[in-house]
Amino acid sequence: MKQVDQREAAGIALQMVKTVAENKQRLSDIDGLIGDGDHGVNMNKGFQLFRERIEGKDITFAEALLALGDVLLMEIGGSMGPLYGMFFSAMGTAAQDFDTIGAELFEQMLSGGVQAVQELGGAKPGDKTLIDVLVPALNAYQGALKEGQTFETCLEAMKTAADEGCRSTLGMVAKIGRASRLGERSRGVPDAGATSCDLLLETIADGFLSILGKGA
Amino acid sequence: MQRIINQPDMVVEDMLKGFVKANKGLVEATDNPRVLKSAFAGQKKRVGVVTGGGSGHKPAFIGYIGKNMVDAVAVGEVFSSPTARAFLDAFVAADAGEGVACLYGNYAGDNMNVKIAKTMAAPKGVRVETVIANDDVASAPKGEEVKRRGVAGEVLMWKIGGAKAALGGTLPEVIAAAQKAIGNTRSIGVGLTPCTIPAVGHPNFEIKPGMMEVGIGHHGEPGTSVSELRSADEIARLMVDAVVPDLPFAKGDEVAVVVSGLGATPVMELYILYDTIEALLGERGISVYRAFVGNYFTSLEMMGATFTAMKLDGELKTLLDLPCESVGLTVGEAG
Repeated sequence: MKQVDQREAAGIALQMVKTVAENKQRLSDIDGLIGDGDHGVNMNKGFQLFRERIEGKDITFAEALLALGDVLLMEIGGSMGPLYGMFFSAMGTAAQDFDTIGAELFEQMLSGGVQAVQELGGAKPGDKTLIDVLVPALNAYQGALKEGQTFETCLEAMKTAADEGCRSTLGMVAKIGRASRLGERSRGVPDAGATSCDLLLETIADGFLSILGKGA
Repeated sequence: MQRIINQPDMVVEDMLKGFVKANKGLVEATDNPRVLKSAFAGQKKRVGVVTGGGSGHKPAFIGYIGKNMVDAVAVGEVFSSPTARAFLDAFVAADAGEGVACLYGNYAGDNMNVKIAKTMAAPKGVRVETVIANDDVASAPKGEEVKRRGVAGEVLMWKIGGAKAALGGTLPEVIAAAQKAIGNTRSIGVGLTPCTIPAVGHPNFEIKPGMMEVGIGHHGEPGTSVSELRSADEIARLMVDAVVPDLPFAKGDEVAVVVSGLGATPVMELYILYDTIEALLGERGISVYRAFVGNYFTSLEMMGATFTAMKLDGELKTLLDLPCESVGLTVGEAG
């Protein structure tokens, strides 16, 4: 099985910063439809603080994820700070004792992250949250891994499922968080957290795929 | 926006600086700019009382810092939960070795950040227990009380919890008193105009002129119905009719009442509302032991009001009557 060097993978964290910056306005606009319209701004604030903290440092991907989790947890309030904070902290914790990341370790990182979000937020699939991206993405990744697929195929499966999961939130009525107070009025609009989650998982997958492609 | 601000993104920082300057001797800054504490916090060996929440609800939350009230407050962005670090630092600031009672409102972000902060406080030797306010009857049906959000009833929860801590109650006793207070409390709000978060720049919901939203939340969450704006008497009646059967409050009960403005409704109108509310409670055999009418828990510049009632017993009366001093609430005899 192919492995990705952790120090090489650390660059993916900076690509995540870029993704959030590029989608700042879009995420806030989506949030504004059924929330208070600050999701993109808050996420970007957190990711920029993270960039300042790690820029120029020689670190592993796991260390970057732990730093990102810490910044989001400690500096960004609301709901998204703690949820993404716990997600990236758990992903980083799962990987911190290894020099390289392969298909199996990535599965442990992703499942650790998803579990942390579920324990903290208590949302279930169908509640119109980032869980509607995370759970199908994890299931698809695990399914491909169980079939003995390559790391690349597992990542592609994760990407596709994340995207489908994100689009599925459009037809859902929010059952948790502030948007849930809107009831039926929340239908027909994507969930802002699910949207940012899809973008971030896509960036992570593309980052690994790009490194894996170079080695081929 | 017709607002008196500098940078829209800095309204919370700017407000906090002014608040600390204006309330010397009562409120103090801490190393964390998003945590304020009482000048009396941590001086006596007693349970610390902490709360926290988004900004834009003045005098909540920082206005309830003071003597025999709240010891430390975690401050969030406008309408957004404080960070876990802010809650943690507030716990540490309030702790005098007897543990901390964190009394806050039922919102997803606050629930998560408090939960994380509580976990982080344990290795520091700070014991934290929580009470989650859920007094808003309009936010979920009866039977689903755990889903309800906390609104102006939180003020009474802080008063009771702060008094119990001041009288030397242990952490379980303070928690039990605060839980009893909020468990005995029901609220409902009516909104007449929307509000604008300065950093957003436009209202994020709409109430048409001549209309009112019944059951509105403190951030403009939609209520149970939208109807034509009616007279104070009629608004009072629909508020009492929503609140009284829910607990239920019964004939012979004594209650504490809070009628709070949502920010832009003249206080004069709150008294017009209160006049009828007290009369309607009286018709039902419910007597008002103590009333608080004014801007106790607001929602930026929203027009509207909330009505809160807390059913009293001997213990709650004693705790309610204990003198306290804070910007938002002062109870006590002169001299």
